[in-house]
Amino acid sequence: MEFKNYYDIMSLARDASQDEIKRAYRKLARKYHPDVSKETDAEARFKELGEAYAVLKDPEKRAAYDQLGANWKGGQDFRPPPNWDAGFEFSGGDSAAGGGPAYSDFFESLFGQGFGSARDDRRPTGFHARGEDHHAKVLIDLEDAYHGATRGITLSTPTVDSGGHVITKQRTLNVKIPKGVKQGQRIRLTGEGSPGLGDGQAGDLYLEMEFKPHSLYKIEGRDVYLNLPVTPWEAALGATVKAPTPSGAVDLKIPEGTTGARKLRLRKRGIPGKPPGDLYVSVTISLPPADSDSAKQLYRKMEQKLAYNPRSKMGV
Amino acid sequence: MNQKTLIGILLDEQTELSLDELSRACASSTEWVIELVEEGVLEPIGHERALWRFTGTSLQRARAATRLQNDLNINLAGIALALDLMDEIQALHERLCRLETNNNT
Repeated sequence: MEFKNYYDIMSLARDASQDEIKRAYRKLARKYHPDVSKETDAEARFKELGEAYAVLKDPEKRAAYDQLGANWKGGQDFRPPPNWDAGFEFSGGDSAAGGGPAYSDFFESLFGQGFGSARDDRRPTGFHARGEDHHAKVLIDLEDAYHGATRGITLSTPTVDSGGHVITKQRTLNVKIPKGVKQGQRIRLTGEGSPGLGDGQAGDLYLEMEFKPHSLYKIEGRDVYLNLPVTPWEAALGATVKAPTPSGAVDLKIPEGTTGARKLRLRKRGIPGKPPGDLYVSVTISLPPADSDSAKQLYRKMEQKLAYNPRSKMGV
Repeated sequence: MNQKTLIGILLDEQTELSLDELSRACASSTEWVIELVEEGVLEPIGHERALWRFTGTSLQRARAATRLQNDLNINLAGIALALDLMDEIQALHERLCRLETNNNT
């Protein structure tokens, strides 16, 4: 397994005081909190940080970790030396097996099973208890929100096997994505969470919808935005052009005299729902390249015949 | 393996969750959800507590609020402020995203 350098993770020197550790944690936790941070690896960084802090904030664990030596580098292959923890007393395990956050193999090998005298068990221990709810994120296409779809979703759930080890179980579910879903909305699947204890009900599974980035469309709530390039003559003279929409191509009327940066609204062509969203088409004028003699001649002719100065109102 | 297709309930603006259902879905106590309502983080429909109904959007906010409290130790007023600012950043971010692609073509 890989060695984890908890001091590097928290950007701390090995001789940092407990106060410094706490301050560094507070600062980094705000920076990498998955709800706050826009960075893509925020969730992994936040988890790693939590693990580093779980060790360094606890003087006993920190002392045991420190005596592994200062020569280890993060990512280096690591096996705990035999009896490495002799002489250390651990009170209260932080093992992931108790339902807390899942820590790395490295952490589990050092501070996991066996070291924690009392297992951290925050779940209700009653004979009949409702199973835990599960939450997962699902990537969907914009088109799924328009038409509805059935998606196969693979979920990995850490569970504890009969030997007390944490293993990751995978299961695949076929889930119906209803028409009209929006970014961030959740679907509740009753009874698809953890099984209950005794006569307890099973927990529920919540799936959060997230749109995959689309090459043509941008999404805001139920409104959808499209950029549509048109030629100068289509914009100037007016034309009916084909425009793509998530529900199929449409004929779009470009009004005569359209200038750059014009926005056309196609009512109710956004994501369906109550009320349905709109589709906004931003028209941009695309100039044909002057890459041949005849094209260049045409541009010269326009220059001579049109006498157009777009800077006339700029006093130059 | 599960071959049958599961049909869930979409938690949208039309969905209504009770106080108990919402507390359970964000793995916290009803007291905590009541505090969130009193701080104005969540806005239930209905006057009496027993008749409170929450929309699906409340669930996103309640869960984010719970995480902010557990992970960062932020107090209620701070959570309310953070969530409002985060909504605003999200809206600006989406707008920026849209405008940037406009300029690239």
